[in-house]
Amino acid sequence: MPRSTATLPAGSILHAHKLYKGFTLHNQGGIHFPVLQGASLAVHPGDCWALTGASGSGKSTFMRSLYANYRTDQGEIWVQHQGEWKNLTTCEPHEILEIRIYTLGYVSQFLRVIPRVSALDVAAEPLIDSGVEVTVAQAKVRSLFELLNLPSRLWSLSPTTFSGGEKQRVNIARAFAVNYPILLLDEPTSSLDAANREVVVQLIQEKKEQGCALIGIFHDEEVKSRVCNRAMAFSLNEEATISG
Amino acid sequence: MNTLLDVQNLSKAYGSVQACDRISFSLYPGQILGIIGESGSGKTTLLSAIAHQTPSDSGQIIYRNSANQILHINQISESERRQLMRSEWGFVRQHARDGLRMKVTAGANIGERLLDIGQRHYGRIRAESSEWLEQVEIPGHRIDDLPGTFSGGMQQRLQLARVLVTRPRLVLMDEPTGGLDVSVQAKLLDLMRQIVRSLNLSVILVTHDIGVVRLLAHRLIVMRHGKVVEQGLTDQVLDDPHHPYTQSLISATLVP
Amino acid sequence: MIVSTDNLEPGFNFAYLDEQTKRSIRRSLLKAIAIPGHQIPFGSREMPMSYGWGTGGIQLTASIIGKNDKLKVIDQGADDTTNAVNIRRFFKKVCGVSTTEKTAEATIIQTRHRIPETPLRAGQTMVYQVPIPEPLRWLEPSEVETRKMHALSEYGAMYVRLYEDITQYGYIATAYDYPVMVNDRYMMRPSPIPRFDNPKLHMSEALQIFGAGREKRLYALPPYTSVKSLDFEDYPFTIESWGKACEFCGATNSYLDEVVVDNHGGRLWICSDTDYCSQRQSAQRQNAAAVSVVNTSSVSPEIFKNGGNRS
Repeated sequence: MPRSTATLPAGSILHAHKLYKGFTLHNQGGIHFPVLQGASLAVHPGDCWALTGASGSGKSTFMRSLYANYRTDQGEIWVQHQGEWKNLTTCEPHEILEIRIYTLGYVSQFLRVIPRVSALDVAAEPLIDSGVEVTVAQAKVRSLFELLNLPSRLWSLSPTTFSGGEKQRVNIARAFAVNYPILLLDEPTSSLDAANREVVVQLIQEKKEQGCALIGIFHDEEVKSRVCNRAMAFSLNEEATISG
Repeated sequence: MNTLLDVQNLSKAYGSVQACDRISFSLYPGQILGIIGESGSGKTTLLSAIAHQTPSDSGQIIYRNSANQILHINQISESERRQLMRSEWGFVRQHARDGLRMKVTAGANIGERLLDIGQRHYGRIRAESSEWLEQVEIPGHRIDDLPGTFSGGMQQRLQLARVLVTRPRLVLMDEPTGGLDVSVQAKLLDLMRQIVRSLNLSVILVTHDIGVVRLLAHRLIVMRHGKVVEQGLTDQVLDDPHHPYTQSLISATLVP
Repeated sequence: MIVSTDNLEPGFNFAYLDEQTKRSIRRSLLKAIAIPGHQIPFGSREMPMSYGWGTGGIQLTASIIGKNDKLKVIDQGADDTTNAVNIRRFFKKVCGVSTTEKTAEATIIQTRHRIPETPLRAGQTMVYQVPIPEPLRWLEPSEVETRKMHALSEYGAMYVRLYEDITQYGYIATAYDYPVMVNDRYMMRPSPIPRFDNPKLHMSEALQIFGAGREKRLYALPPYTSVKSLDFEDYPFTIESWGKACEFCGATNSYLDEVVVDNHGGRLWICSDTDYCSQRQSAQRQNAAAVSVVNTSSVSPEIFKNGGNRS
């Protein structure tokens, strides 16, 4: 089953090959849910993929597997990391951490906030981790906060007490500040008003133009149709179908 | 990247009870490794076996020191080991009174580690003590107070300062937030997080608090009955737990 | 020397202890001398006096004393205090050796709390009475642990005490039993001598031995051993000074005791070393007589002599 990296699709940056993933709930009589059954996807720079399907169809599981948040049962996830192909399913934990710092970004639906840490510091953290100087990182985040219309009086506060939309904007700034070659988006606009949704659409377009590959779950049809040029449809108990 | 610490097949039994059963893991520089499990799962024994305070029955503990030498912790002399514990390693204990000298002032508690490594200049030791008090957010004017007059959270922060003053590379923490109020815990956690990042520390953090590891740990080991039942990145283990024990541990947590 | 056997108490072996015991203590002493500053256990015996009265020192003296020795015993610098007088009398009874109050004449000087002002010379032996031999005890109650700390030269924590002194008082306030490093290796308690006497330990020509009876430990400083008092780079070790001279002999370089002389707070300072003080006074009297000037010193040291034990 292991494939040689030479056979990976030319020009691609991420390649998921026949992913299988199920969940066993040991505390509920050991029920097993198979969720992914051989899902595959090849992603090229500049693509924006929409993962579509009903809730429970596996799109979220697929995306979390791409981030190595979920551990797949079978299959390979090849990611081009700093000029080298890495298979996330066999990487050591510290390798995954490194890939997440430099290559693979993720905008989750919810911001995990830390009491006492300001919005600015929360958002600048990944950029600083990637080796950018603190002042440069903070300047970058400030400009994104401005773009996203996050009131400046909030910047120095901990996002603990922020509204859903404010938290989501901090989360977006956090991931968009870094130049990840691959960015995973989990409903990035779910809590945003129209104006800010528009800003996010612009930001995604910019990323695409810069050659970033994006894979997202968008519930907002309008946003999806404007930013995505490809789609992967999931349906319950069936193999995902790819359209493009 | 070279590992900082390699633990290989570490075992320790107390009579017929296998407290640690062939535990293996590697720790990389700058990483926080969380060890979770219920009371009696062997996590504290593991920590003290790594520091060789409880000698293990079998297995290897291999540490790469700042001079890039490979040290086998079970094989080096006791003198080297104690030297290591006072310089490159640090131990933060659950009860501050086990990690502090309660009869000497806060400043002396921090200064002791510097005296241990041969510093003999009062002024500089005192300056460094007050700098570290500030780092751990203890008001400078408390430098000449006894730790007994401090609150629980302050004592833990003082313990942290005492350990960090010698710029250790590996810190072992045994339930550092245990017994603290939630709000006090948050402050300590945030402080630990900042310090670990700015000093590029490697930490082995033993706790039964899933919230603590979620916030601090890069990686997680789940122990039960002396065995590692599951390990991986923290978010992997917490979001996609495989082992029945891990699943029940996580589903039993009040705040996920 | 002539040994008078007239006063010898019958029924005792020479120097009270039996020969086997003396030999075993001497063996421990040899070991102690070979490892300067290191505490050696010894089989401390019951002595005809209670612990705390110098049983350690007495056993060491008893083990090394010979018929030709001349013994001096001081307590707080004085030869005439109860403790000193009794120990001297004890040895007179069980050895019949001659005793002296003159530092220069003595071959063995047993002491509590002081080192004589008169410099010691080669061939003399100082015997110190030690209450607590372990310098690390205050910070580490476990003997197992303190022995390990000595073995590994882990003495950093000892400086914590000096740190606390400076923090609290602005200077190192430890006034007696001030810890020292011996031969750059072992940390040692010099017994409760004032820190004024610490420099006299360093490179002394005399052999110095220390005995703790209750704790059953002895240790030694062979002649010409380096003894360094602990200090900080920016708070160097200093000795006490009084800015006063001895009321009787005028000495400004000796350890002075403060004595209250009346009910109105009147006080004066006198040498703690009675032998040193009287030597100086008699020298002064001779000089004065030589130039036919009468010494008009109003207070004689004799009035304090029987006032005795100032401990």
